Amino acid sequence: MDLNYSAEELAFRDVARSWLAQNLPADLRDKVASYEELSREDLLRWHRILAAKGWIAPAWPKEWGGTGWNVVQRYIFEEELGYAGAPTLPPFGIAMCAPVLLRFGTEEQKKRFLPRIYSGEEFWCQGYSEPGAGSDLASLKTKAVRSDEGYVVSGQKIWTTLAHYADWIFCLVRTDSGAAKRQDGISFLLIDMKSPGITVRPLTLLDGGREVNEVFFDEVKVPAANRVHEEGKGWTVAKYLLGHERLNTGRIGASKRELARLKQYAASRTREGRPLLQDVRFRDRLSRLEVELMALEITNLRFLDRMRRSGEPPGAEVSMLKIKGTEIQQALTELMVQAAGPGAMGSPDRFTAALGLRYCNFRKTSIYAGSNEIQRNIIAKVTLGL
Amino acid sequence: MNFDTSEEQQLLADSVRRFLQKDYAFEARKGILASPQGWSERVWDSFAGMGLLGLPLPAEHGGFGGGAVDLMGVMDAFGEALVLEPYVPTVMAAFAIARGGSAKLKEAVLPAVAQGRIRLAFSADGRQVLGAAGADKLVVRSGDQLVVAEANEVAVKPYRVLDGRAAADIELKGRPAERLEGGVRLLEQVLDFAAALACAEAVGAMQYACDATLEYLKTRKQFGVPIGTFQALQHRMVDMVIATEQARSMACLACSKADQAVEAERARAVSAAKIKIADAARHVSQEAIQLHGGMGMTEELKVSHTFRRLTFLAQQFGDADYHLERFARL
Repeated sequence: MDLNYSAEELAFRDVARSWLAQNLPADLRDKVASYEELSREDLLRWHRILAAKGWIAPAWPKEWGGTGWNVVQRYIFEEELGYAGAPTLPPFGIAMCAPVLLRFGTEEQKKRFLPRIYSGEEFWCQGYSEPGAGSDLASLKTKAVRSDEGYVVSGQKIWTTLAHYADWIFCLVRTDSGAAKRQDGISFLLIDMKSPGITVRPLTLLDGGREVNEVFFDEVKVPAANRVHEEGKGWTVAKYLLGHERLNTGRIGASKRELARLKQYAASRTREGRPLLQDVRFRDRLSRLEVELMALEITNLRFLDRMRRSGEPPGAEVSMLKIKGTEIQQALTELMVQAAGPGAMGSPDRFTAALGLRYCNFRKTSIYAGSNEIQRNIIAKVTLGL
Repeated sequence: MNFDTSEEQQLLADSVRRFLQKDYAFEARKGILASPQGWSERVWDSFAGMGLLGLPLPAEHGGFGGGAVDLMGVMDAFGEALVLEPYVPTVMAAFAIARGGSAKLKEAVLPAVAQGRIRLAFSADGRQVLGAAGADKLVVRSGDQLVVAEANEVAVKPYRVLDGRAAADIELKGRPAERLEGGVRLLEQVLDFAAALACAEAVGAMQYACDATLEYLKTRKQFGVPIGTFQALQHRMVDMVIATEQARSMACLACSKADQAVEAERARAVSAAKIKIADAARHVSQEAIQLHGGMGMTEELKVSHTFRRLTFLAQQFGDADYHLERFARL
């Protein structure tokens, strides 16, 4: 047993680290560091830099632009991105739509969409949740009715992250409302956001930020060629995506960076005239959080090692990483607020005020991408057989 | 980076587990626990026969030169079976003698330990010294030194600790002649090594608590259905499993650094691990009892013994608060 990276893995990490140090634009890094909202252009700029280097889609097959890295290398790279403070790029195109197309898409669909996902030319979003279908996703109602050219889609999606930036949306829609099993009546469609009949309405989150939307479909025409996999097999596609390896679910690199910032920030703070780090109540919370993160990093490496050995994709382990990873992310924002003191509730200093807003914003992490309760259901069912 | 266990480590862990399943099932263990001594010489001889006693000792003194990582699988199995024999105390004292003892002392003690002919105990503060009553020699802290006392050089007040194991408060009668080189630094090293072993042992016990609780959730019926169909219980079970996985990761870290001479790195890893294991041990053991309901409160169920072992392990070699203090200093 050796918990340290091998010499080759360290060399790989160093190459990634020094490239990131040289190629992550300073203004983007600063924007991330000061917790500012990133514009479409910010995200695309960083996307294009990674694409030009050939590192935007490491997990793809080599013929479509993948790097051929093994799971450990891919994990190291993703962690280095987080550690460097690079903008977190939305996963919808590269890590969600593309794996679906690679697995279920036709040659034409792959040729049509993959290169533009790779280059960043087309920005994607995900149309899953609906007002009445959150954790119970299979109850979704947005319907797609067969027409001569394909489908006519009507209904509503919600919590659609960055729909206001997106050129395309991949959607789960109901093609058969009479199916005996409701999962069998669902299909997977790719829809051009410029199609007539689509309306995007922003939802302002509790921190005042604009990242999610409602998307309304009013008799939107979608060509049959934009259906992925067979009609009625959309749930199979969605489940595949759910189980698709997401090595970075724990966001450990980003959390390590936040922890280092928290320590640095806390070291500069005083409470009642004494250094904050000498306050045992604060210090112990910080230490326990650090220990939890150390444990999660090793847990993640253990899972990766098992994957590398077995060649199997991860199963319910990803749910564990999601739960612990988001709990840690949230605790980090909470301790930042505690370190800042009352200033986090409102301050002329932008950074101090941003800490309070970030705390608010991060409540989302235990809700999105399958709430932490749903993740516990998955572990209970899949791992424990309950 | 790899978390593989070597073939030897795997074989050893498997044979220990097989032995314990056969000869150390809960009923057999009850008999040992109820005996006046509180542990079994016959089992001790089996440990010697399997090479467990020589495992952490230097090869030149009849051992196999194993480190904490080599002992992980053994300790895991011991935690699962709730072994009562004073293995860790003997290992701790032998570890100290191997590093700080004179050539003559090492030659006199270590091969005899490896062969199971003598037993040792270790005392850092004179309290709750496991295996003290039956020990042939004791390594005892005296001021800034570690000394080696013969059994007749210590006064022993025996009792049983919370999990039923035989322990004693001890006091040196005089000033033993034999002193180990290394003083407080060696003491810290021994305690870190032992804490890493306690982490691995706790993980084995937590895994048992999880397995037993899961089994209970699947078989115990109320309101006409297995109680494991209730989401309130499912989620608590999941949190026990997650805590155990996180604890296992930290036990790996502690054991992989426990042998290292780099003091700060070793101490930091061990303290971090002990914080996590102490927290997880409390959480998992408390939940195991709660989810077992009234049955969890009885002596008859092994899980109640596991609860007490985990409670003991959480505070042995420093509780979470002690290690939080130390972690913050490092």
